[in-house]
Amino acid sequence: MDVLKKVPVNEQDPTVRINNFEEVCLGYTIDEAVAEAARCIQCKNPKCVKGCPVSIDIPGFIKEIVNRDIVGAYKVINKYSALPAICGRVCPQETQCEQVCIRGIKGDPVSIGKLERFAADWARESNIKPKPPEKKNGRKVAVIGSGPAGLTCAKEMAELGYDVTIFEALHEPGGVLVYGIPEFRLPKESVVRPEIDNLRALGVRIETNVIVGKSVTIDELMDVEGFEAVFIGTGAGLPKFMGIPGENANGVFSANEYLTRSNLMKAFDESYDTPIITGKKVAVVGGGNVAMDAARTALRLGADVTIVYRRSEAELPARIEEVHHAKEEGIHFRLLTNPKEILVDDKGWVKGMRCIKMKLQDPDESGRRRPVEIEGSEFVLELDTVIMALGTSPNPLISSTTKGLKTDKYGCIVADEVTGVTSREGIFAGGDAVTGSATVILAMGAGKAAAKAMNQYLLSKASR
Amino acid sequence: MTENHKYIITRKEALADSIYLMDIKAPRVASHCYPGQFIILIADEKGERIPLTICDYDRDIGTVTIVFQALGSSTKLLAEYEIGDAVRDFTGPLGQKSELVSMPSDELAKKKVLFVAGGVGAAHVYPQIKWMNQDGYKADCIIGARSREFVILEDKIRQFADNVYISTDDGSYGIKGNVNDAIKYLVKEQGIHYDIIVAIGPMIMMKYVCILTKELGIKTIVSMNPIMVDGTGMCGACRLTIGGEIKFACVDGPEFDGHLVNFDEAMNRLSMYKTEEGKRQLRAHEGDTHHHKGCECHKNS
Repeated sequence: MDVLKKVPVNEQDPTVRINNFEEVCLGYTIDEAVAEAARCIQCKNPKCVKGCPVSIDIPGFIKEIVNRDIVGAYKVINKYSALPAICGRVCPQETQCEQVCIRGIKGDPVSIGKLERFAADWARESNIKPKPPEKKNGRKVAVIGSGPAGLTCAKEMAELGYDVTIFEALHEPGGVLVYGIPEFRLPKESVVRPEIDNLRALGVRIETNVIVGKSVTIDELMDVEGFEAVFIGTGAGLPKFMGIPGENANGVFSANEYLTRSNLMKAFDESYDTPIITGKKVAVVGGGNVAMDAARTALRLGADVTIVYRRSEAELPARIEEVHHAKEEGIHFRLLTNPKEILVDDKGWVKGMRCIKMKLQDPDESGRRRPVEIEGSEFVLELDTVIMALGTSPNPLISSTTKGLKTDKYGCIVADEVTGVTSREGIFAGGDAVTGSATVILAMGAGKAAAKAMNQYLLSKASR
Repeated sequence: MTENHKYIITRKEALADSIYLMDIKAPRVASHCYPGQFIILIADEKGERIPLTICDYDRDIGTVTIVFQALGSSTKLLAEYEIGDAVRDFTGPLGQKSELVSMPSDELAKKKVLFVAGGVGAAHVYPQIKWMNQDGYKADCIIGARSREFVILEDKIRQFADNVYISTDDGSYGIKGNVNDAIKYLVKEQGIHYDIIVAIGPMIMMKYVCILTKELGIKTIVSMNPIMVDGTGMCGACRLTIGGEIKFACVDGPEFDGHLVNFDEAMNRLSMYKTEEGKRQLRAHEGDTHHHKGCECHKNS
C-alpha cells in the first residue's frame, strides 16, 4: 500500500445513483478504516485539531481506530461533537482539519472525515447511546431552532445537568439537516434521526411547531415559562432572488423551496402528498453547496441540469467533493455566466434564460476577482425550470419581537464571536442567524461556545 | 414523535357541500393569534402543509377555528377527520394581523368599512367583523356565493355586522349577481360612502373587486392565498408582486393593498401545480395506469 495515497472509499456508481436518492458515499469497512487510520502519524502538536471548529481530538480517536476499538474512538469524538455521523458527511474537511494535515504536504491528507463517519456509524449500529447526567440541576434553558447550532448547544447544556427544551418552527426537528441537505448526502431516517434521538436520551425535550416570535415570544419564555437563558440558533432565513425580469414566472423556485419540497416534505417519494415540478431542462443559478444539492436533486427527479455561476471554477464556494460528484453525475457547468432575464411563454411558464458571459478582473484590494460582463456575449439557454441558489437574508421574526436585541445593518443578530453573548442579558445566539449563510460545523462551533458562556452566566447568576 | 400535546378536533360542522368548520386544540396558537393571520396544519404523516386563515379562536379553551373547502387531496383527507381525531401538526399564528386590527381604535371608529366575502372568504372576514364589534363599531358586509346553499356563516356575521347583503350568482338568495353587482348597488344606487373595503375570496373575485373599487376610489384591502410550503418566510413559494416589488405573502402579508397587487401573475402562480395535483388525483383513483402512454395519438405533440 502506498502510504502517500488515502484508502479510497466506496461510492455508488454514478450511472446507478442518478436514478435513486440513496446515499452516494458508502463509507469505509473496518479493515479500510484501520488501514486509513494507520496513515496518521500522531503528531505531537496536531494541526488538524486547530483546524476543527469544535477542536475534536483527532489523533486521539484515530489511534483508537488503529487499535480496532471503534466504540472507544466514538467516545473520544463524542466529547467534542454532538453530531459526528453528520459532520463526517457534510463538513468541508478539505478546508479545515484535512487542509492542515501533515500527510497532505507530500501526498493525500488522512481522510479524517471518512474516519469520523465510520466511528459514528459503527457506534450507532452498535446501539451506543449517551447517558443522561447523573445529577440534574433543575434550571431551565431554551434553545430556539433545532439545526446544528441549536442541537449542539442543547447537548452541551443537557450534559451539564440543565433542563433543556428546544423549540422548532417546522414539524420535524433538524433544521437544515432535514429541510436543506438531501437524502443522498445525509440520510434522514438512518443518520439524522438517531443523532436527534441521542439528544432525547440525554433528556432534551423538543417541542415542534413553535414559531418563536409568533407562537410565543422570547420574553414570555423567560418571564412566564421560567427559562433562565435562551440560545437563538434560528438559521439563515429568507431566500434571495436576483431582481431580474421573469423571476416570478411559473417554474422559477428558490433552492430553499425546491429542497424543502423534496427533503422535508419528501416530494421525491410519490406516496407523499406534496408536489414538486420535476422539469426537463433545469438551470440552477449559484455555485455553493445548496446549488449543488438542488442540481443533483433535480437530476435525480429526471431533469437535464446546468449550473450557472458568474465566477470561474476556482471560486465555486461548494465543497470540492460535491462539485466532483455533481460532475460525475452529469451536471453541466456554465461558468463565468450570469442570467439577465428569464424568458416566459404565453402561459406564464419559463421557456428560457438570457445570459451574458463574464470575465474576472484582476484581484482588488480585498483579493477578490470581481466578475464583469463581456459586452455583446449574450445568449439564450432553453429551459423550463430555474432554481435560484443565491443565499438568504435574515428572518426578522425574532429580532422584531424581542426588545433590545440588536441586529446589524443586514439584519443578522449581533452576538460575540467567541461567547455568543447578545445585547440582551441571558440571550445568546450563534450559527447562520448571526453570521449569515455558513456551514454546519461552524454553526456547531458557535452552539458549543455559546453553551460554555451560557453555563458561566448561569453559574455567576446563581452565586450573585 | 415530539413532546407536543395532541392537536385534537373538538368541533366539526359541515357548513355547506364540502365546506367544513373545525375547532382544533392548539393553545400556543390560540393565545397569540389575531384576525387576519393564518395557521398551517398537516393532517397525517404524508400530508402537505396546508395554510388556512384563522376564522375564530378561544383563548381560554385554547382552540382555533378553521373553515376549509375540500378541494384537493389533502383537504379531502382532512374532511374525513372527526371530533376526537387529532391532526399531526398545527402551527401558527403566521403572517401579520389585519390592518384594521392594527389600527388605533379612535382612528378605526372614523372609518366606514365594507367587508366583501366570496365563498369560504366569509370565514375570513368574520373574525375581523367580530373584532370591530368589540370596539363597538359595526361594519357592513356583502356575502357572495354561487347559490343559497353556499352562503356560509350568515347568522354569525349578522350577529356582529350592521347591514349584511347577500349576492348569489343564480339569484337564489339576495341580489342576483356577483359581489361587484352588490358593491355597485350600495355605492352607486344607494349612495353609501365607504372609506375602506376589505375583500376576501377567490383571487379572481378579489381582482375584479379591485378593478371596480379603484374606479370608485375606495381603498381596498385583500387577503392573498398563494401556494405556500413552510409559511415562515423560508421558501419564497408565496412571493407576489405588490406595486412592482417582490413580497412574501407569509411574512409581509397575507393582507395587501389590493390596488397594488399583480393579480394576473398571482393567479398564474396559483395554477402551477394544477397538473401535478391532477396527476396525483388520477393516480389515487386509477393506480398506476396513467403511466401508460394511452392511445399515443399525441405522440408527436
